[in-house]
Amino acid sequence: MKKHYAFAFVPVLAILLSPFFANRVTPYILGLPFFMFWIVSWAISSSVFMWQIYRLDHTYKEES
Amino acid sequence: MTVSLSIMAVFLVVSLYLGLMARRGKEMNLEQWSVAGRGFGAVFVFLLMAGEMYTTFTFLGGSGWAYGKGGPTLYIICYSTLGFMLSYWLMPAVWKYSKEQGVLSQPDFFASMYKSRNLGILVACVNVAAMIPYMVIQLKGLGIIVSEASYGAISPSTAIWIGMIVTTVYVTISGIHGSAWTSIVKDAMILLVICGLGIYLPIHYYGSFQSMFEQIQQAKPGFLILPQVGMSSSWFITTVIVMALGLYMWPHTFGAALSAQNENVFRKNAVIMPIYQIVLLFAFIIGFAAILQVPGLQGTAVDLALFKLSLKTFDPWVIGLIGAAGFLTALVPGSLILMSASTLLARNVYKAFVPNATDKQVGVAAKGLVPVVALVAVYCTFNGGETIGTLVIMGYSLVVQLFPPLLFNLMKKDTVTKQGATAGIVAGVAIVAYSTLTKTTLAVLFPSLPAFVKDMNIGIIGLAVNIVVMTSVSLLTKGASTKEVSRKAA
Repeated sequence: MKKHYAFAFVPVLAILLSPFFANRVTPYILGLPFFMFWIVSWAISSSVFMWQIYRLDHTYKEES
Repeated sequence: MTVSLSIMAVFLVVSLYLGLMARRGKEMNLEQWSVAGRGFGAVFVFLLMAGEMYTTFTFLGGSGWAYGKGGPTLYIICYSTLGFMLSYWLMPAVWKYSKEQGVLSQPDFFASMYKSRNLGILVACVNVAAMIPYMVIQLKGLGIIVSEASYGAISPSTAIWIGMIVTTVYVTISGIHGSAWTSIVKDAMILLVICGLGIYLPIHYYGSFQSMFEQIQQAKPGFLILPQVGMSSSWFITTVIVMALGLYMWPHTFGAALSAQNENVFRKNAVIMPIYQIVLLFAFIIGFAAILQVPGLQGTAVDLALFKLSLKTFDPWVIGLIGAAGFLTALVPGSLILMSASTLLARNVYKAFVPNATDKQVGVAAKGLVPVVALVAVYCTFNGGETIGTLVIMGYSLVVQLFPPLLFNLMKKDTVTKQGATAGIVAGVAIVAYSTLTKTTLAVLFPSLPAFVKDMNIGIIGLAVNIVVMTSVSLLTKGASTKEVSRKAA
């Protein structure tokens, strides 16, 4: 497995383990209950992580 | 009433026109009809995938679940996100193999990979069994949308028949080209309607998002998070895993993926899709906004939350636009489901019994099977009493059983034998089917188990049994398979 694929584990773990450390209503952030905000923000972040992986894949392909 | 129905009729005519235009200049053989001759670029594949994602489930089921279940509804955003991330690695491998082998459908894929026609037939049967509840969702949604948008002038059952006829005609004339073009109209409409309602309704009724959630928390403490039992943490995690692994196991999603021009299309999609599905949040917010404004909806009536609140708030012309958007969210996925189901029945079941059938005859059979599948779905719609959200989980628990034999063989060829793959799928599907048909859960079977085990999604139990059976049978039959291959080679 390429090293930069490890980026993908960050949002995966943040989402899968969210019931254990984000399952609460307060504080409200951007008007959303904390649990909702946590999940939405990690869903958006996962796009950023996947973009990094996509970019690095292309960089390494060009180098090789 | 006539205003809202007229607006819906205009959008329906536009969709049928797009469907007819989409087929111009193309000879509608089976490959063009079902996978567009593998000629779709990133934009169209994106639209088809998104078209598949924003179904009636998003429109009514998402808001209905938020209204009825609260916090656990967020699993929908989680599984979609993880499913799209997984597709970055999974789908290019699937696409590459399919292109090399000339595969057109998921059962073809399994039959080719394991060199077993019988496994192809089994996968086709699992596919159809899972797609029927998914089609029922679209028809149930259509019934609600047309009936509510006509202010009750058209009954839900009449609306379901209208929807079935329209979808059947639509898919027969245009195939996947029509679905892709109509997806453009549908996605624009759904973005406008869901985001518009999701922002306007909380501000109109509560002043702000936070004020709305504070009032819900006051009226129903703990409703906005996961409960301690039932839809608890273990239910949430196992459901997210089952549905993320199953996201691309749906035959119509799989089929849409095969229409891509090249494998890079999936990598681009995996980057964009997680952001795109944040629209789902607005669907949930509509459901949350309805909790205190239209209280008392119970059972399957929770799926009416979006429309009940809209009818209370807006003029008929707005209801017409909402109804048109809802109609399209049922038409596009519904057409993809019908097309996939009929294609795989024709290619993998009909052709198995009539091996001399030409490609043209298989194409005719595929189109002939469209109304048959639609009629079965209509029958199930009138005879089932599940909410839209429950039907989705049922379907996913079935299709995810195809994931282990697919993944194991893509990772390392010949690790799983055709006997192992068949036994694993049968075992997993049997557990899910038994649980669904008898409404038996782990809590009923083993009441003394700890709560976190009892709350697990039955799909994950089926998946675990599937993997154990598949591995065991593969180890037992590996020698026999090797001998068979060398005997055939000799």
